[in-house]
Amino acid sequence: MAKGILIAVSIGIATVLLIVIGTIWPVSTAVFFAGGPGLGGSASTPIAASRRLANEIHQHALAKAYSSLGNKAQFTEQEFVSDLTGSTLSLRTYATLDTYEVRPLHESANEAEIALRMHWSTVVGTFEETRDLHLVKNGDHWVVDWPLVKKPVVPPQVFAVNYLRWDVIYRGAGDDWGSQDVDAPHVRIIDMHPVNRAEGVVVLGELLNEDVVPAYVSVRATLLAKNGSVLASEDSFDKISHTLLPKQVTPFLIRFPGVDISQIASIRMDPISVLVSASADPVIEVQNQKFNGPPAASLNGQLSNQSGQIVNIAHVLTTFYDKNGQLVWVAGQYIDRALLPQTPVDFHIPVPADLAKNIANERTVVASYRSGSSD
Amino acid sequence: MNARFLLGALVLGVASVSLAQSGSLSLPPTFVAGSAFSLPTTGSGKAVFYIVGPGQALRRDVDLGEPVSFPAGTLYNAGHYVAILSSGASTETGQFDVVPAAQPEKISFLAKPSRLPVGLHNGISGAAYIFDAYHNLILKPLPVSFELSNQSSTVQARTVTTRNGVAWTEMDSATKQGSAKFVARVGDISSTRVIAEVPGDPCRLVMTARPDGKNVELQTAPLRDCGGNPVPDGTIVTFTESYNGMQSTVDAPLKQGIAKVEMPAYNGARISVASGVVAGNEIRWNGR
Repeated sequence: MAKGILIAVSIGIATVLLIVIGTIWPVSTAVFFAGGPGLGGSASTPIAASRRLANEIHQHALAKAYSSLGNKAQFTEQEFVSDLTGSTLSLRTYATLDTYEVRPLHESANEAEIALRMHWSTVVGTFEETRDLHLVKNGDHWVVDWPLVKKPVVPPQVFAVNYLRWDVIYRGAGDDWGSQDVDAPHVRIIDMHPVNRAEGVVVLGELLNEDVVPAYVSVRATLLAKNGSVLASEDSFDKISHTLLPKQVTPFLIRFPGVDISQIASIRMDPISVLVSASADPVIEVQNQKFNGPPAASLNGQLSNQSGQIVNIAHVLTTFYDKNGQLVWVAGQYIDRALLPQTPVDFHIPVPADLAKNIANERTVVASYRSGSSD
Repeated sequence: MNARFLLGALVLGVASVSLAQSGSLSLPPTFVAGSAFSLPTTGSGKAVFYIVGPGQALRRDVDLGEPVSFPAGTLYNAGHYVAILSSGASTETGQFDVVPAAQPEKISFLAKPSRLPVGLHNGISGAAYIFDAYHNLILKPLPVSFELSNQSSTVQARTVTTRNGVAWTEMDSATKQGSAKFVARVGDISSTRVIAEVPGDPCRLVMTARPDGKNVELQTAPLRDCGGNPVPDGTIVTFTESYNGMQSTVDAPLKQGIAKVEMPAYNGARISVASGVVAGNEIRWNGR
């Protein structure tokens, strides 16, 4: 009994002691994650100064980050914030800096170049961004010159738009069961191809809206084993352009992690379409697409918004074909900045190196989302 | 006339409902849904009369020896019914059917699809369900006429006799686009559905190009299907320009019958056009 009380008292004293030590001499990592200065305290070296700036961006202490810059006289704090979070509503607006890496490029006694690679986290995944920082020694510490990306300015102009959209009136809840309703759009899978990858089976394909009305589409694939049982069932989630205008084609990609193609006897494909209100605008041109082969295989290009409206979020989806026109791969990328009218924005879609050697052609579509728009 | 005859026959032809002590409970085999009827009783004293059937249960306190009257609309669901006469310790049961009225009052007309391409053989189906005034399916064979008409095509008409209350048919979509009226008619009642007959795939896709500063302006000829119907606005036309290992694409919607885009002008570029699975012509751009 007395022994138990002794142990309890000892644990209590040790706990209080640790709390006091942690409060007086906190670990810098803990301070950092608690929102304090933590890891970013020092600027005694170019790397440390870069890390401090990155930590401040991570903590969203953008005013503090701005005040630490060496070239802040060249732009306002608002321009700095817009550079990081986007000047108009876009993926960047709600993105948070997840992790970062700093890599020295060049260093002398008074100047240095550091590559800051930032990994931003968004609701649709991550995107990366690299800024080459120029640092200057100022007394005993280094200050960062921020490479501001100027917000593109769209010249005042008038766009003539032949407004074209579809609205739908469905039958009412109180209508007789025999009453006529509007049919769902006719869509058709025009190509489908399963691919075995290290992480599992991937089902690729293309879907055509063969109707004269717009469709909200999705595709579900069900893998069946040799005994007819269902191995797995998944849908295309965001690896598809969900709104298809008449005669428009979208690629789709459905992942089945942990499944090997040898387990599959057949695949059941279920395209889903719903008649929705939609607009035929904006038109987005995909310019200067260039496929770069292995080892760092990728498709690079630019998106150009041909309309007068701002596109807040654009999603690029590309279908890659071999020389016989067979599907090889489907890949995509969300654009982190809003598409301003007539202002090209770069995109970069990585392609698996082992598949890249088979690619001879590609086709790219763009799904766009506008704030305040229901279509 | 027909309904009046049936009502008269029912009232005249009713059997008597009697007490267990004085005979068995006998009822006519059928009643017409919704019609008035009266059931004479025999004996004396008080009794309770029940009728139980599909979706309905009735209870009446009766004086034996007096007829039990049921006004029009009392029994309206077609189907099989059980009648029970309960007096003290004795109970008599009987069974009868309520049949739909012979006079059609309503058509439920299912026409599919609501939208289809022109020139499709048997592409439109229509099924008519014939009901009486109380929503009972009339099982007796009835002639139903179907008629499909489109302003620019000849009328298709045929008459089909119902089987088990249903008549159905198939029709061809017209060769010209437009809204078609699909009518099912029985007697003097009818039901109309509207079928959108829409153009098919573009039959011939041709674009032209002309210089416009640093760009080339590409424009399709008005798109038509193989029946000469204009392809509807909003249809996506894809322009693809290939040059020096690079490629540019635009998905442009048809507006006022044509699709028009501007793309960068590169000498030697190959420019192609397609819509859905239909490919159009190809142009090699040389600056003119």
